[in-house]
Amino acid sequence: MNKLTKTDCSLIGNAAHRRTDAYAGMHVALSHQRFTFCVQKKGADMAAIVRVEGLTKTYRGGFTALDNVTLAIEEGEILALLGPNGAGKTTLISTLCGITTPTGGHASVGGHDIITGYRAARAMIGLVPQEIALEPFEKVINTVRFSRGLFGKPRDEVLIEKILRQLSLWDKRNNRIRELSGGMKRRVLIAKALCHEPRVLFLDEPTAGVDVELRRDMWEVVRDLQKSGVTIILTTHYLEEAEAMADRIAVINRGEILLIEDKTALMRRMGSKSLRIELVTSLDTIPASLATYDLDRAEDGHSLIYNYQTRAEGTGITRLLQALAEEGLSVRDIETRESSLEEIFVGLVREDAA
Amino acid sequence: MNLHAILAIYIYEMKRFFRTILESLLSPVISTTLYFVVFGAAIGGRIEEVEGVSYAAFIVPGLIMLSVMTQAISNASFGIYFPKFIGTIFELLSAPVNFLEIVLGYVGAAATKALMIGAVILITASIFVELDIQHPVIMVVFLLMICVSFALFGFIIGIWAENFQQLQLIPLLVITPLVFLGGAFYSVSMLPPAWRVVTLFNPVVYLISGFRWSFFGVADVGIGYSLLAVGLFFGLCLAVVWLIFKTGYRIKS
Repeated sequence: MNKLTKTDCSLIGNAAHRRTDAYAGMHVALSHQRFTFCVQKKGADMAAIVRVEGLTKTYRGGFTALDNVTLAIEEGEILALLGPNGAGKTTLISTLCGITTPTGGHASVGGHDIITGYRAARAMIGLVPQEIALEPFEKVINTVRFSRGLFGKPRDEVLIEKILRQLSLWDKRNNRIRELSGGMKRRVLIAKALCHEPRVLFLDEPTAGVDVELRRDMWEVVRDLQKSGVTIILTTHYLEEAEAMADRIAVINRGEILLIEDKTALMRRMGSKSLRIELVTSLDTIPASLATYDLDRAEDGHSLIYNYQTRAEGTGITRLLQALAEEGLSVRDIETRESSLEEIFVGLVREDAA
Repeated sequence: MNLHAILAIYIYEMKRFFRTILESLLSPVISTTLYFVVFGAAIGGRIEEVEGVSYAAFIVPGLIMLSVMTQAISNASFGIYFPKFIGTIFELLSAPVNFLEIVLGYVGAAATKALMIGAVILITASIFVELDIQHPVIMVVFLLMICVSFALFGFIIGIWAENFQQLQLIPLLVITPLVFLGGAFYSVSMLPPAWRVVTLFNPVVYLISGFRWSFFGVADVGIGYSLLAVGLFFGLCLAVVWLIFKTGYRIKS
């Protein structure tokens, strides 16, 4: 299997090719990537554990929650699915898991079609839903045993103990679920999803309403799972989470996949950076010779902020520094700052809405 | 066949029953005793034998039917409605199980509970009256069919219901009147001729009559009709459940 191939031409949602001219920069970039990675398609195909082709879900009322979604998820990766509320994240997961019936397209998990081969497909999937749904009067360990049985696996107390310990639930195993805190309940949901040894785990906003400490614990759990070979698809509102965990990022909005790409590559490509230049002497106005640069005064003229695109042909930094020297301005310090995933994400979704 | 899944659902449901075992079994025992005090002793003392059977004994099959039907319906309907209500149904829908396995688990458990309650009532009744069951095999077969069919019916109600009121609606408005008017406490032959004809449109008449026949060998309608009626009801419920899963009615969007 070719785990190195992180991108694949089929991964780019059709949506990307329908962008208008306003979106030209993005369009060109995606087209370029499409071309590059089509060559590697074969290798990537073989590694894909979840394959979604033209998946569409239109509800009876006419609302289209998923619009021709195409993507491939590689074995062993963590894919973060980002998108605003109502973008189709949960619908996509629900459809793959069998909770919602698609109205068009195909999807398979581990080579098994989710409709015709639903038994084999679903046996490979673990799902941690967004809403905490647990029977309040049942004991923790019983509800986990139930899930294992439901997924067709024989009893395995050793494995259940291991999972409960891993999630710090072992001491609470005989507690009734209603006695647990919200964070603990979420862990029970994860234990239920893991107890039948899934190969693919869907985490639908796993850290919503979870405190910072527990969130970090959860990340640890997810990373451990990845190490054990589980493929993880997580949806989240916390871009910090996607940035910290994901290998690849997919952005979905209004039922369409806007892009899916390697996280670092995405940030590098989409990212604009800013350069803060601290000056020895302050400036009241920006000198006319520097007017061609995208410069802002900061700290009462003690610093200049220069915004540039990392993906541009040249960043213009050398020329700017030369121009500064020619103007007789001496530089005390410089600092660069990368835009966060959040800014990229907000930018993308806003452009899609426009 | 995902046997582990069937067993998991069955055990889970039975555990719910055993968590409240005292309440589950005590209430039918108390209500049976009450029926015996009222119908058996107080009123029954003034009624002569019905078709050669003492009135107290005559009402036993009807009493069992009444409890078994309502218990099968309420257990099965609650069993599937509750996951819908609290949202845990997602797990059932995302599991590698088919409709038959889900039904076997839920309906099997509800039918078992109803059967246990039926047995408890029979034992309680035998303390009050001497019972000589003439066709024990048919009695057991009949009881099993009723348990399973009405559990299936309850399952349908549980899927259909969108709130707790609807969950109670059918048992209260349809089943209880049909059972009371179905000859649970009287013989159809005691009715005026016109009402006798009307009564024959009540499907529960055939069920109670058949069940009573297995006890005393006397019936309002032929045992063949009774067996046909219970078979038809079972088949109808099964078809509706199959349709529900086929279309995803009220459980899947």
